Amino acid sequence: MDMKRATFKGGAHLRYNKELTSGLPIIKSTPPKEVIFPVSMHLGAPSKPIVAVGEQVKLGQKIAEPGGFVSVPIHSSVSGEVVAIEPRIHPNGQRVLSIVIKNDEQETMDESIRPRENYKDLSGKEILHLIQDAGIVGMGGATFPTHVKLSIPEGKKVEYLILNVAECEAYLTNDDALMQRNAEEIIRGLEIVMHVLGVDKAYIGIEDNKPQAIQTMYESAKHLNIEMYSLKTKYPQGSEKHIIKAIAKREVPSGKLPIDVGCVVFNVATIKAIHDAVICGMPLIERVVTITGCGITEPRRMDVKIGTPIEHLLEQCGGFHDAEKFIIGGPMMGFAHYSSDIPVLKGGSGILLLSAEEADLAPPKDCIRCARCVDACPMGLMPLMLSNTSEKGDFDKAEEYHALDCIECGACAYVCPAKRMLVSNIRVAKKEILVKRKQQAEKKEAEKVKGGNN
Amino acid sequence: METKLFTVSSSPHIKSHTTTATLMRDVLIALSPAMIAAIIFFGISAVMLTAVCVAVAVLTEWASGKLMHKESTVGDLSAVVTGVLIAFNLPASAPWWIAAVGSVFAILIVKQAFGGIGHNIVNPALAARAFLVVCWGARMTGSAFIPAADTVTQATPLGLLSEGIVGQMPSYMDMFLGNMYGCIGEVSALALLIGGIYLIVRKVITWRIPVIYLATVFIFAFILKQDPVFHLLAGGLMLGAIFMATDYTTSPVTPKGQIIFAVGCGLITMVIRMFGSYPEGVSYSILLMNVATPIIERYTKPRVYGVVKAKKIRSKSEVK
Repeated sequence: MDMKRATFKGGAHLRYNKELTSGLPIIKSTPPKEVIFPVSMHLGAPSKPIVAVGEQVKLGQKIAEPGGFVSVPIHSSVSGEVVAIEPRIHPNGQRVLSIVIKNDEQETMDESIRPRENYKDLSGKEILHLIQDAGIVGMGGATFPTHVKLSIPEGKKVEYLILNVAECEAYLTNDDALMQRNAEEIIRGLEIVMHVLGVDKAYIGIEDNKPQAIQTMYESAKHLNIEMYSLKTKYPQGSEKHIIKAIAKREVPSGKLPIDVGCVVFNVATIKAIHDAVICGMPLIERVVTITGCGITEPRRMDVKIGTPIEHLLEQCGGFHDAEKFIIGGPMMGFAHYSSDIPVLKGGSGILLLSAEEADLAPPKDCIRCARCVDACPMGLMPLMLSNTSEKGDFDKAEEYHALDCIECGACAYVCPAKRMLVSNIRVAKKEILVKRKQQAEKKEAEKVKGGNN
Repeated sequence: METKLFTVSSSPHIKSHTTTATLMRDVLIALSPAMIAAIIFFGISAVMLTAVCVAVAVLTEWASGKLMHKESTVGDLSAVVTGVLIAFNLPASAPWWIAAVGSVFAILIVKQAFGGIGHNIVNPALAARAFLVVCWGARMTGSAFIPAADTVTQATPLGLLSEGIVGQMPSYMDMFLGNMYGCIGEVSALALLIGGIYLIVRKVITWRIPVIYLATVFIFAFILKQDPVFHLLAGGLMLGAIFMATDYTTSPVTPKGQIIFAVGCGLITMVIRMFGSYPEGVSYSILLMNVATPIIERYTKPRVYGVVKAKKIRSKSEVK
């Protein structure tokens, strides 16, 4: 196994503030009194509840089944009683149907959870089924069902299986912690994925600000045919497109998927979940969460049951003080939420409480055309032009400037000295362009129908 | 725990500490070695003129904000930078009212009338210089340059060159240190280079425009069988290449565009110096390239990740 160095063009160096949590152990959260499972905590069709109010459920028991192929089931992370199935506030800001379970703190395990001796007897298809059945989704934040990603379409071939542990977001250290604690499980999980995909080689990319994680992963992966990359610490190295660029030296064509250039990329927590599902028979009911920011009294890294109310976690961190912003995910791409009265979901890697100073809410000033955003854009776009055209309502021009290729990483807005709302403006343009495209397609369709009638 | 409502906004939720004001502050710091050199070579009059320019520029910026009912932009320090740059483009003998008129023109007409910071088409300080040269040629050029040491007015090295007087040329060392005739801020290449290195190290500017501008002048001078070192050190080239051509608003934002812009500045500078009737070409070359900036930008858009240009698709080997 060798160690190589790589990077990509553009990007920004952030104020990482990872030291708030990087030295801390992962501690287990105290049992929550109640857990909340929205039926939609993954991309794709919402799950369908299969339990009723008043029913007793066990830890690991399936409580909702997938609503289609691009969907996953949900499992209870506690044992107890279903007390409500009603709309609750989802971290996306909307009210979503949720299954609420009162924890009896008995941790009575479901009978279905049994370790598996040898997964190699299983076919790829059977393992895919296990992965879907365990409710596994991309745990880096995108929450795309993992079994769908692993179902390689006909005619496509995986040449680069990439384990993405760049963890390029500022503040977050949960992947780092997981690698240091569970390197062996992760590598075994990676072996399972290699088995499923039928590849004999894998690639691991870690940013060079995590030397300990690199060391432990290196030690655990020695016996395998793995190429390890120490990636230059630069945001957004962990973006799927940019880790592919750095390691495979390929570019995902505009509007296409990584598999179109023979690449599949997985987050490290997802791989660990695959290990737990296939080897231990344990569905995805727990994850590591970084709880950090200057607004929190005691930053923590915690093992948290999915569905745990965030307020319950904040209490264990000594509460918050002077917090101005509350964010789910990382500070660059996470979602701000107005209330901490929401649960931890499968994709929730971080809980941030930023002080007013950290959040820097200074109003935007005039663009001085300093070109920092152009230099920082990892996609080779001109954010100032996209933002200006969007503000003027000239969305056709924004489309010409490739607005739809923006990955919304926020590097441009981070470096902007005028503090302009670049990403926000580009989002508006993207939305408008997509609406227009849809309307045009519908119009075309309508004309076709009309033409057919004549 | 009490329920608190948090501020909600679009990501990213953290931002760099760099602001327009900190960038301008860095530019002022970078200009200070040249200011010290100006005091050494021109004495108190350099300080007085700079003070007048800065004061009038800031006052005009404030007043135009009031006049147009816009939020004041005095705090971003850009007017201070413009003021210093106007002064640096004046001969030490210039009367105070020329400095004042130039500063009002730069801020009110060139900058604010076009929409304020970030919207002007040409560099305000250079446009002011061009305006002053046209209006008061005798007070701005030629015999206006007086060194502090003696009171005999004399031409700049470039003036001497265009008149064919080579015998009185200052040595390279004098030109490098600034012991020659010229505008307040342009004489000391050493001081300006220190400022330029500071700006590049602090990532206020990239190396592209100044280095390529200077390199173009050097190479073109060499091709024209001129003394390339003389042309680097003479006139306002260092001041122009490091502080004027790098003006954010009036130079291209694309890396390729910046290279074209800098090459253009260098070529026009040498064309004016060698073939023009006016000895110095830096300010007009930059002004001309300022005007060309939008079109340069349009044709030098960076390559977008994952987008293959239509032209390239022709050869199959290039498309993987």
